Amino acid sequence: MRMPEPDAATVARKDEIVRSLEGLFAPGEKAAIISDAVQLRAFECDGLSAYRTRPLCVVLPETTEQVARVLRHCHENKIKVVARGSGTSLSGGALPLADAVVVGLSKFNRMLEIDYANRVVVAQSGVTNLSISEAVAAEGFYYAPDPSSQIACSIGGNVAENSGGVHCLKYGLTTNNILGVEMVLIDGEIVHLGGRHLDAGGYDLLGLVTGSEGLLGIVTEVTVRILRRPEVAEAALIGFPSAESAGACVAAIIGAGIIPAGMEMMDRPAIHATEAFVHAGYPMDAEALLIVELDGPAVEVAYLRERVTEIAKSVGANSIQTSANEDERLRFWAGRKAAFPAVGRLAPDYFCMDGTIPRAKLPLVLTRMSEMSERYGLGVANVFHAGDGNLHPLIMYDVNKPGDLEKAEEFGAEILRLCVEVGGVLTGEHGVGVEKRDLMGEMFSETDLDQQQRVKCAFDPDSLLNPGKVFPTLHRCIEQGRTHVHHGELPFAHLPRL
Amino acid sequence: MTQTFVSQTVVPRIFVPAGEAEIVEAVRRAIADRQPLAICGAGSKDGWGRPVEADRLSLASLSGIETYEPEELVLSARAGTTMSELEQRLAQHGQHFAFEPPDLGPLFGLPAGQGTLGGAVGCNLAGPRRIAGGAARDHVLGFSGVNGLGESFKAGGRVVKNVTGFDLAKLLAGSFGTLAILSQITLKVLPAPEDSCSILVFAEDAAGAIDIMGAALRSPHEISGAAYLPARVVRRLGVDAVTQAARGVVVLRIEGAAPSVAARTSGLRDLLKTRADKSAGEIADVAAVESCRIWREIRDVARLIGDGVRTIWHISVPPAAGARIAAAIADADDDLYFDWGGGRIWLASASEPAVAAARIRAAVAAHGGHATLIRARDEARRTVAVFQPPSRAEAVLIGRLKDNFDPHRILNPGRMYAGL
Repeated sequence: MRMPEPDAATVARKDEIVRSLEGLFAPGEKAAIISDAVQLRAFECDGLSAYRTRPLCVVLPETTEQVARVLRHCHENKIKVVARGSGTSLSGGALPLADAVVVGLSKFNRMLEIDYANRVVVAQSGVTNLSISEAVAAEGFYYAPDPSSQIACSIGGNVAENSGGVHCLKYGLTTNNILGVEMVLIDGEIVHLGGRHLDAGGYDLLGLVTGSEGLLGIVTEVTVRILRRPEVAEAALIGFPSAESAGACVAAIIGAGIIPAGMEMMDRPAIHATEAFVHAGYPMDAEALLIVELDGPAVEVAYLRERVTEIAKSVGANSIQTSANEDERLRFWAGRKAAFPAVGRLAPDYFCMDGTIPRAKLPLVLTRMSEMSERYGLGVANVFHAGDGNLHPLIMYDVNKPGDLEKAEEFGAEILRLCVEVGGVLTGEHGVGVEKRDLMGEMFSETDLDQQQRVKCAFDPDSLLNPGKVFPTLHRCIEQGRTHVHHGELPFAHLPRL
Repeated sequence: MTQTFVSQTVVPRIFVPAGEAEIVEAVRRAIADRQPLAICGAGSKDGWGRPVEADRLSLASLSGIETYEPEELVLSARAGTTMSELEQRLAQHGQHFAFEPPDLGPLFGLPAGQGTLGGAVGCNLAGPRRIAGGAARDHVLGFSGVNGLGESFKAGGRVVKNVTGFDLAKLLAGSFGTLAILSQITLKVLPAPEDSCSILVFAEDAAGAIDIMGAALRSPHEISGAAYLPARVVRRLGVDAVTQAARGVVVLRIEGAAPSVAARTSGLRDLLKTRADKSAGEIADVAAVESCRIWREIRDVARLIGDGVRTIWHISVPPAAGARIAAAIADADDDLYFDWGGGRIWLASASEPAVAAARIRAAVAAHGGHATLIRARDEARRTVAVFQPPSRAEAVLIGRLKDNFDPHRILNPGRMYAGL
């Protein structure tokens, strides 16, 4: 994986750049600037720790206006910027660049307003995903998207990555659960997109910005919808003699018109790794395990449980175990949620992949993956958001073994190519970042990618925000047209108006 | 290229491409001739947006379902396929579009059932179920189309969970054909609810009605529709029990598996009974068939407030501010009703559109929200901003996006904003 060559002149000017950034803040202002080599080590990588770079420096502003000042300064001086929330990205979205300033949002940690009348929470972008749900739990509400990093990941990072989680099958991704953002553009302009209302009309800039991986601006405030917590939630562990029968069960449940709150699958290696780690009570004789969560009114959950059980039996399930209480439900999930660290115990290092496939292709993809595993000589365990076809193969390797990292990278790339080949996509929820950047050509033609890069040009014509991420080639923004005078009308010449 | 009509001097030409290659050809020719194109499907919503005087490019011939896999919850169709054809096909498998797309044809004085998939996505349609199931934007998984440079491109995919690259589907949904011509669209589809029931509750005024709707929406009963029809509007609904009462009525919908609908309806009824506000007397439960009819009228607008020549506004606001905004914008000769728990106001305004626009947008500015002019005579749509005027920073982004997708101003120029 190659990053763009750092600009030597910028790196050489480091001290001057740090001083000029310090000059942006009055003595009483609390924004921190970190430039010491030792302290910068904490920012060298995000959740994709295989790749590390020490940034030029880190700025930790604490107001939107300060973010605007920093970005305006960087824009005027053509200094690159990498935004960072909690740094939990699994695709290198917050990987620093040697010639870029990292703008960390960790001080944006305040919950600004809880508005039950409109069923929204307004939070600063550094607030963690889980703390939003916790803040409204007493009133019986929660924020639906629940990525597994939810205790640490920030809501601003969720917007950047359009994060999902195990419940997005029924409740949608970040993009379906936010109403507005405050965002700073690279030229320091502060823009408010959306609000506390639905579907603003006009171009859906909010939808465009969600999932843009820090390439279009820096989000400082997010307005999210909160939902009433379902009366009952229960999980069932269903063991199967083969991945095929588990896949058939998923298809049959959805075919029957049932959308569970979550539907997760684990293969044998993942079942064994997690059971050894957390003792969740998983069936050790199963080749594949489904966790099916149902939520809603008690009577609905009971009704659907019966139907799911019937379906599971009809496709040959070996075992069915339904959670009897909340403790047991959480224990069932504890295994799944600890799958990554559990696999981490089996090998010194692992890569977590994130392709999505049409559900029906699951058995084929699993078979092909175990062939690859043998060929590369690297183990693989699979956890899978089965309901929406999102695979997380965990490739095990040892970074200290020469050649292992490269083999793991190539193995991962081959899995993702396979996902695209069967009609799926490179990334379901972790983002492209640097990790899948060079594979974008597998899914998109050059014209497709150009069209996306034109969006980048509209927001950041000098390509200063998070360069080297998402797109395999840097794109030069050509003046496509210009905001020309058409029939004597300047666009928006009549602004301001009501 | 099929050319069903050759230009005289006044009448614009109409191009009816049969495939994406012909769209490319039409756009390239338009660039060469410096002749912009008015992009349309069936034309059922032509009256929405600023008038575009240009040759027409109709996608009506580009129709048909390409793939439909009920078990994958995915459907791909060409942009000119009618929504009614798609909905019929989905219904055969017990599925539907959860965003409950309105049929706005009759609001514009046109027949029902004409609207196309491209139109539904291009206008980002959303019905009453928006509060629970999202808008068209939330269901587009991918598309292919042609930009204003005459280049074919695609974005997204055909799986539900996908964050590969920018979410251009969101940008294109609701862009009214001003950024690209959609030729093929892949959507997420969902199982249609097994059962549906509505509860009707009298409410004397909008503030009380929004309180009732808010309480219902904050309850665990998963409300999928919450509307308030004031007395003047409710009589057009044609439901006997309500018409005779001649009072405003809140309609709350519950959908899902049959036993769940029964339990939640009963739970909601209990909740409403225990509310301090005793003026909120319950009328009745309305079973599935009648419930469907009521929600269709709320969804499609035409029957409730669409008669005559009044201008129609769509106003999206924070729901709790709905009553205050409504009080600030409506005149004696106006009619309005609320959907989305108070967050959506449909207004039929008898005032001069420019005067109404100033009043509505001032009210919206005070509380947050957006007002869109849905139906008005051509002259008004030329002079009054149809879409909420963007902030200065947003305007710059919108202008640059248009520059980057359609630098020659070929695609629906001026349909959304003057000069773009």
